[in-house]
Amino acid sequence: MTSPHLLWLLAGVGTILVLASIIGQVLRARLSPAGENPVIENLNARINAWWVMVICLALAFIAGKPGVVLLFALCSFAALREFLTLTTHNRADHWSLVACFFLILPLQYWFLATDWYGMYSIFIPVYAFLLLPVVSALRGSTREFLIRVSETQWALMICVYCASHVPALLYLQIPGFEGRNVILIAYLIFVVQLSDVLQYVWGKLIGRTKVAPNLSPSKTWEGLIGGTLSASAIGTALYWMTPFSPLQAAGMCLLITLMGFFGGLVMSAIKRDRGIKDWGHLIAGHGGFLDRLDSVIFAAPIFFHITRWVWSTT
Amino acid sequence: MAASPLNSNLRRLAAALTGQAISLFARFMTAPRAIWQGIEPVPHQRIYFANHSSNGDFVLLWTALPAPLRRQTRPVAALDYWLTSPLRAFIGREVFNAVLIDRRPEARTEDPVAQMVQALDQGASLILFPEGQRNSSDATLLPFKSGLYHLAKARPGVDLVPVWIANLNRVMPKGEVIPVPLICTLTFGAPLHLDPDESKDAFLARATQALLALKAPA
Repeated sequence: MTSPHLLWLLAGVGTILVLASIIGQVLRARLSPAGENPVIENLNARINAWWVMVICLALAFIAGKPGVVLLFALCSFAALREFLTLTTHNRADHWSLVACFFLILPLQYWFLATDWYGMYSIFIPVYAFLLLPVVSALRGSTREFLIRVSETQWALMICVYCASHVPALLYLQIPGFEGRNVILIAYLIFVVQLSDVLQYVWGKLIGRTKVAPNLSPSKTWEGLIGGTLSASAIGTALYWMTPFSPLQAAGMCLLITLMGFFGGLVMSAIKRDRGIKDWGHLIAGHGGFLDRLDSVIFAAPIFFHITRWVWSTT
Repeated sequence: MAASPLNSNLRRLAAALTGQAISLFARFMTAPRAIWQGIEPVPHQRIYFANHSSNGDFVLLWTALPAPLRRQTRPVAALDYWLTSPLRAFIGREVFNAVLIDRRPEARTEDPVAQMVQALDQGASLILFPEGQRNSSDATLLPFKSGLYHLAKARPGVDLVPVWIANLNRVMPKGEVIPVPLICTLTFGAPLHLDPDESKDAFLARATQALLALKAPA
């Protein structure tokens, strides 16, 4: 599962993190020696969490297909737990919620692991969509019924269906790229997350004009344009490890960084509506799994399908 | 029955492992988040009193405490529930080291307040559900039993810490068998003490209000 290109990418990410950790510690020593500056403390917490996330991802890559599928199944579980904590449901939905976690989620990843594309691409949008409301309806409560079943379906689509398209990249068959599919995952996550980080950095440096003041005070046009363009430039420079030409890589990068931005925007709208700042608390400095994964979740299915249509033989 | 040292060591090991397993399961299901709003998680002697909506309440509170605090904290639980089967008795007595009190005044041989005071005098902190039973009604809280007042009067130096446990009743509604994983929050409020001339009703009302005030997220 490891290829020299993957090692290069991981080494590059490792170097970035070492630099970030040094900068974080220098800033702390200068500006926040007793932990009094919350921005510096949050920055360091974020960098430390990045180390953990990168190490988990690297271990999953080393473990191969089962490792990656299992890692994303666990991420889906944590994300779904965060999402369904905030949705509307009542006693009558208990069995459909249990089914989401212990039936639909494992089945989706099982279909994926057995490479049954025809099933995992429609299982949640068709079968879960039609059958889950039946489970809720049989319990007889009609109060806010449509809201309850819609929000549950939304949670499944985001946290399980869309997220499962990251490991699905392992099952594409691209002539001349055999045995290196894991690069597609590393590349997708790297470019999208780099775009998130660079949007944050550009926004902090020169951000003035807010994109959606009602949704998020931290999303600015300067951050958006600076972040997506610079992340796309870096992604394009890495075209040699992908199946894409430089021009194709640039197009892909622009597409996934933009989708990533949309993901952050949509998920912010939900958080704003529910009156919360973060989805969870398990990733120190970042919030919850959904806070970190929202951009990748929105980018993954589009990246998967375009790669599949254009480059894959399956 | 005299247990051999090896046997009792094995039981202790089994109890520790069972405790870890139960705690891990609680984390998997609820990813509990402790918000120390009115007090810090430091090893002072305390009585944590919380709302009681699920059988998992004390497990979750116990899990949410940092390990050094957890070791010295004993839940107060109903003897008439925890001694009904050998497994329950093992979990109640040996895993959680519960202070088992009898809720049936006509049947009991020991005074619950005296038992709790004895545990406090041995240095333990306590987890207490002053509603006295699981709340499956529509009311936010059931009226508090007077045990909390008697403890506050008997040992005025101990911090009484209100803890609001949110969402656990949605994880495992009454009558359901399989829990659904949802994030639970435990909000720890500022400690209470009995005022010298405060009446029982006034104190219990104040304790109720202190607990209810934690319900809205900070």
